[in-house]
Amino acid sequence: MDSNHLNSPGIEIPPEMQGQVAITNLDKIYNWGRSASVWPMMFGLACCAIEMICTAASRYDIARFGMEVMRPSPRQSDLMIVSGTVTKKMMPIIVRLYNQMPEPKYVLAMGACASGGGPFKEGYNVVSGVDKYVPVDVYVPGCPPTPQALLNGLMKIQEKIRGESIKTSRWYQKGADLAEIPIPSLGPDLIDGRKISTAKAIDKVEG
Amino acid sequence: MAMPSQIPVAPPSSDEIAILRSRFADTLKPDTRAGYSGWIIDKIQLQAFATALRNELGYDYLSSVTAVDYLPQGQFEVVYQVYKTTGGRGINFKVQVTRTDDVEVPSLVFTYPGAELQEREVWDLFGIKFSGHPDLRRIFMWEGFAGHPMRKDWHEPYYEEEVKPLKSRWPDGQIYSAESKNIHGDNITLPEGFNSKDQTFDPEKALYDALRQSSKDDVGLGTDRIIVNLGPQHPSTHGVFRIAVLLDGEKIINLKPVMGYLHRNHEKIGERNTYIMNIPYTDRLDYLSSMSNNFGYALAVEKLMNIKPPERAEYLRVMMAELTRISNHLMAIGALLNDLGAYFTPMLYSLEERELILDIFEAVAGSRMMCNYFRFGGVARDLPDGVLQKIKDLIFERLPRKIDEIERFLGENEIIRARGVGQGVLTTENAIRYSAAGPLLRASGVPYDIRRAEPYSIYDRFDFDVVVRQNGDIYDRLMVRFEEIRQSIRIVQQTVKQIPEGPVTTTKPVYQVRVPAGESYGRVEGPKGEVGFYIISNGKPNPWRYHVRAPSFINLTAFGPMCIGYKVADVVAVLGSIDIVLGEVDR
Repeated sequence: MDSNHLNSPGIEIPPEMQGQVAITNLDKIYNWGRSASVWPMMFGLACCAIEMICTAASRYDIARFGMEVMRPSPRQSDLMIVSGTVTKKMMPIIVRLYNQMPEPKYVLAMGACASGGGPFKEGYNVVSGVDKYVPVDVYVPGCPPTPQALLNGLMKIQEKIRGESIKTSRWYQKGADLAEIPIPSLGPDLIDGRKISTAKAIDKVEG
Repeated sequence: MAMPSQIPVAPPSSDEIAILRSRFADTLKPDTRAGYSGWIIDKIQLQAFATALRNELGYDYLSSVTAVDYLPQGQFEVVYQVYKTTGGRGINFKVQVTRTDDVEVPSLVFTYPGAELQEREVWDLFGIKFSGHPDLRRIFMWEGFAGHPMRKDWHEPYYEEEVKPLKSRWPDGQIYSAESKNIHGDNITLPEGFNSKDQTFDPEKALYDALRQSSKDDVGLGTDRIIVNLGPQHPSTHGVFRIAVLLDGEKIINLKPVMGYLHRNHEKIGERNTYIMNIPYTDRLDYLSSMSNNFGYALAVEKLMNIKPPERAEYLRVMMAELTRISNHLMAIGALLNDLGAYFTPMLYSLEERELILDIFEAVAGSRMMCNYFRFGGVARDLPDGVLQKIKDLIFERLPRKIDEIERFLGENEIIRARGVGQGVLTTENAIRYSAAGPLLRASGVPYDIRRAEPYSIYDRFDFDVVVRQNGDIYDRLMVRFEEIRQSIRIVQQTVKQIPEGPVTTTKPVYQVRVPAGESYGRVEGPKGEVGFYIISNGKPNPWRYHVRAPSFINLTAFGPMCIGYKVADVVAVLGSIDIVLGEVDR
């Protein structure tokens, strides 16, 4: 039985049973379950983490979305909320954490810094956006985003999950490219193994 | 146990100056540059001078160590601020050295152990070596990073020009992204001929070597010692802080804090910004108490500009700073309880109250956390309608009741007493030696509060007690915070009653302020301790040097000594009781 068959059962419910029986497709029920129990990683980087804590607390109550189970271990979590400035010194650790998360996994870049460097972009120790290294699903603007904005971003993640299909999901494909992201190393500067092997001298940025 | 302390504020007396001058005749001279104060001591006499200051004149508290790179004059200057824990004005002294690649200054770690982490910071960022420092490693950047970034001739990969506003940002079509100018298309500079395939360098080696140093004097059974890393991704490190501990079984033999995972170059960016552009950046230092950071920075710059805010603004400032202290301590109490294993329930109680204070901030400043409320010569705007009533309701009705309630739940709890009483002890003597500040210092029996020791703004008008407890353990630090919340409530109650009508700023809103040349050190008693801003102006629109004395960072100097000898499970609780914020530790 292939997944296509499951997704279109082709069964009509008799009118007298419509109140008791619902027939849906596998993707819908599977995604419904997944989207209502996204477990974020308990992973705070900077100022945005405080707003993340506030989102988890009583007033904004992230539990309404089934997301209150924050896991300190990446191996138990589905969603990485990158909440704060990503520095070069921290980047290898973030990539390692991302690699340790099991598929399916999602990344939410919370705030200006995680999305693109924010107010600290020009800093010598700042990575201009976590998306330089790990794929990001949802960006939440703000410095820091209010809990409402974060909740909206989380709802976007749920929307994304609901739109996925077992049939086309990358992580269910045979021979899918699930290779880990190479961990950048710390040398004279942050070295991304995918991009830089040898470097030319940069004395001055041309104006 | 609150102890009233009224200490008269006296400037350094002329006797003291005479003693110093006669002793260090030709090696000590007053700093006579326009706008500067303090003393310039020859580098050879530095240690003797510091020892005399501490032992004979009683300047026992080293508040801040930093360096200034005077590129045009070809000079480095290491600047020290010292105070007496009995109160009063402090003095600063400086060491000048010729600016070369290989600069050395004697270390003051043995006179003032509080200099340890700060000297490492200066070495990391300026490349000034401190001879005699027991553990001189890089602190924010990793070992092997190319260059010392705070030097004025060191330019970051996205460097465009010396000062802001940048020419590329003018709105006539010259806007581009910084990536497009860098040949790696990224925030990276690499030396010529660099090949990443040859990289076999291990940035962690120096740390582990430093940790193992203490295990050489092995006696008795030769047991294996193991190194355990906590963090940087660890739920109880309050952010991206890392602790490397050397263990003998479960006992801690040595502990090194490792930081820099949130080093976002606050000072380098701050020296490019104009003065007023730095105010929102100070919010992001200690992001739990942005109003206090604003306060310190505004005071430092106002000192240089020689202006004073109007009465109403002073009251608003104090009101906001004390509300910040309440919200910060609530968070600290909740976080400490998280660390003790009461997972998130006490936190929910304190966050509930914190949200109410954040509502006030949002109404007043427009943002919940990053308030950006202070301006030079006042505050950004007056209270909106109805907010004063809201503050009154909160501060007279709800908060006193709620604080009592939380304390009733926690104060006599058996687990908290078992894990707190007598654990992580910092003795009075050590607290002063390691330059601990804020609740950490006061829980160790030192009644030192800048609001009393050297009153700033209008703190001399209010009736409040400096909270002191004597044991210096985790439990006392928790209880000091409860009592400080009550004292802050008292202060806000007085401001609400006394606040006059009137303007809230002396100056019109401007994009740039004129700051006369000179140096200034402005400090306030932030929720976590002494928040100090050392600013050097050369009369241009941007500060030449902008240094932050971050209490969380310097409080960590005592972290190792507080933990050694205890069990590894106590590390988390001790860290929670120090109450750090990584934005401020790493800056």
